[in-house]
Amino acid sequence: MGLGSFVGRRALGACLLVLGAIVLNFLLIHLAPGDPALMLAGEAGGTSEEALRKIRADFGLDQPLAVQLLVYMGRLARADLGFSYFYNRPVLALIADRVPQTLLLALTALTVAWVVGVGFGVLVARKPASLGGNALAVVSLLGYAMPVFWTAIMLLLLFAVKLPWFPTHGMVTVGGTGGTLAQALDVGHHLVLPAVSLSIIFVALYSRLTRASMLEALASDFIRTARSKGVPESRVLLKHALRNALLPVVTVAGIQLGQVLAGTILVETVFSWPGMGRLAYESILRRDYPLLLGILLFSSVAVVVFNLVTDVFYGVLDPRIRHR
Amino acid sequence: MRAPHRPRLAAVAVAVLALASILALPVTEAAAQARGGTLKMSYPEPTHLNPAIVSGTPTGIPGVQLFAGLVLHDDKFQPQPYLAERWTISPDGRTYTFHLVKNATFHDGKPITSEDVKFSIETVKANHPFGVAMHRALEAVETPNPSTVVFRMSHPNPSFMSVVAPILLPVLPKHVYGTGDDIKKHPANQKPVGSGPFKFVEWQPGRHLILERFDKFFKPGRPYLDRVIFEYITDPAARLAAIETGAIHLLPYNYVGVGNLKRVEQLAHLGVTTKGYEAIGPLFWLEINLRKKELSDVRVRQALNHALDKQLILKDIFLGYGKVADGPLVSASPFYNPKIRRYEYSLDKANKLLDEAGYKRGADGTRFKLVLDFIPGTADTQSVGEYIREQAKKVGIDMTLRASPDFPTWAGRMGRWEFDLSLDAVFNWPDPVVGVERTYISSNIKQAVWTNVMGYNNPKVDELFAQAQREQTLEKRRAIYHQVQDVLTAELPIIWLSEIGYTTVWNKDYDGIPTNIWGTMSPFDTVHWKKAK
Repeated sequence: MGLGSFVGRRALGACLLVLGAIVLNFLLIHLAPGDPALMLAGEAGGTSEEALRKIRADFGLDQPLAVQLLVYMGRLARADLGFSYFYNRPVLALIADRVPQTLLLALTALTVAWVVGVGFGVLVARKPASLGGNALAVVSLLGYAMPVFWTAIMLLLLFAVKLPWFPTHGMVTVGGTGGTLAQALDVGHHLVLPAVSLSIIFVALYSRLTRASMLEALASDFIRTARSKGVPESRVLLKHALRNALLPVVTVAGIQLGQVLAGTILVETVFSWPGMGRLAYESILRRDYPLLLGILLFSSVAVVVFNLVTDVFYGVLDPRIRHR
Repeated sequence: MRAPHRPRLAAVAVAVLALASILALPVTEAAAQARGGTLKMSYPEPTHLNPAIVSGTPTGIPGVQLFAGLVLHDDKFQPQPYLAERWTISPDGRTYTFHLVKNATFHDGKPITSEDVKFSIETVKANHPFGVAMHRALEAVETPNPSTVVFRMSHPNPSFMSVVAPILLPVLPKHVYGTGDDIKKHPANQKPVGSGPFKFVEWQPGRHLILERFDKFFKPGRPYLDRVIFEYITDPAARLAAIETGAIHLLPYNYVGVGNLKRVEQLAHLGVTTKGYEAIGPLFWLEINLRKKELSDVRVRQALNHALDKQLILKDIFLGYGKVADGPLVSASPFYNPKIRRYEYSLDKANKLLDEAGYKRGADGTRFKLVLDFIPGTADTQSVGEYIREQAKKVGIDMTLRASPDFPTWAGRMGRWEFDLSLDAVFNWPDPVVGVERTYISSNIKQAVWTNVMGYNNPKVDELFAQAQREQTLEKRRAIYHQVQDVLTAELPIIWLSEIGYTTVWNKDYDGIPTNIWGTMSPFDTVHWKKAK
């Protein structure tokens, strides 16, 4: 099979997946107990039955579920994600407003995690049975086991309250002034704690993954050959072993790009970071169906696209995969 | 004739003096207050910024900064001049005439006129959740000249003065909001043009709302602050951290978290007050579905009341913030009846009443089963639920605590009357016409949360509430509401548990945070940053 038809087949599969995800998201949300009309009425401080009926009619909630689904799909086909019940603004604009912040947070956290995690992994793999090696293994296990929100709150209490080095919340000092550079520094200052909180779990994951595949690589024949040729140990580690050991780490990192939203929900909520995760969390609490559906659609598409890219990348790397 | 509001200069001067002293700002000092500073606060984000069409604090707190009303109130529920510099009430109590301050302008520079007041009250009546309850008697609004507005009532309407404060009658510019669009979807709800001390600058959803001093505000020299900023901090630990470190300066309505109050009280730079919630009159109670066979028996309801140690709930769960409640009105209300029937804590009496009602204990010691719901969102409410469940067990009632994952689920159950008992929090508002009668009158038995979901129907109570709406003198109204409270505490359609002890936490670098009956739902033009030069 040629690369073209391989990509085409995978892309078609991805489209069907997204379609399935849209229907599933829609049904799941509408099956959840709770009525957005009552929620909105509650926000307004209690209301009459007539007002409730009007809210339901306004948002099409009085229609049968199948009709609501068809209307929704029809709108999606025209790239219309609808209006947020809560904010009464277009869903697309609300999401677009949040994507850059989440990308900034997620990419920073993943980069930190990647560099630190792989570094740890290599260090540990060098002398796996040593005291330092064991200590690093324990630390990374702890990092992996600690719930993200707990780590986040602990970091907040330690580095924003006890030692007031970093701000407690938000992405910028609201109402702050200064030039572009000052503002960028301000954002960076706000970014440290959320990014570190989010990266800890990934540091642990990458370091353990790197350690395992490093140990595997170090036990291979080509390493023994390299060592017996007299190649310096550092070169053996970084040039020979690490390059081979990195493949599984790259794979996992690729997949995680699409899934990082789940982790950002907690971190963004603790640090009031204005990203997609917090928007998702708040729209669930508010039963803001259109907004929640929009976010779910966005994240479904993100996961499918990242998987597709990974798939295709494999197909390029290893032609045997194309025929499976 | 009601004397207090005759338009005499002396009376007005006295009122102004009284207002200034209530707001803890001696007049001489007020004139010399330095301007400047930014007050940052955190509070739940509203859906929009038009308090004329929703109730609730998320819109209300920024709303009263943006919009002025006709009067303010002191800490004794007495009206004080605001946008109206004086007013008269006709001897028959059916005509209210307000004279607006001259030269007041909206934030876009256009003058505030009686036409705008007329438009605003009509908008409130048609759209606000309490619109009809507040303005049932309002027949006509006349605008003889730009600075005079006359309200004509179909009958004496003594609660009127309490519903023309900015939170319940925000004065909107007719030329902006009266464009014929559906007001609920008006674009200005997101970008308001107001009449209050602060004007709208920017609202970034999920991040912050920035308001700025309106330089042409009609009260000379006010406001002092340059800006008021609302930051949306969703995590309670982060909110505590933010006020502790001085990143924000004000958390009203227990937004700091009841469990954190003891810690906050130990911090020297933070102040804590429970004043400023009298007009809201928040009550925490146990709602009873009277359609349920066992609960339709008043003896069962009285037994439940006897079985609960409200003092313990207040002390151990609410950590002493608030007061025990035994009736439908908060004790700060001018209509509160201190001699209502109270049901002292006694398991013996509870057991005896249940025996009398004919519900004998079965072999396992159980008389019958009930399900207890609770309004979700706070740990305290669930703790009260757990306490009630254990107390019920002691008198032979097998009670199941049913959690709702979120507010909509709970509101749905209440709205469909699918509950036996539920813990709930409801506000009295400044007059029983607005916040009390809705819970008990039979015409408000509706399939919607915060109505008479209990299905309580007593024609005598309906009649008393209707009568109290029309009586002119405070004494007569008080007598009627005292009767209502006697009937309700005898029949117990609700078991009242506590007056919620809301607190305001603020940074002491600021003073003049309003503590009148409306508290932080008053304009912040009185707030002053001590470090301003």
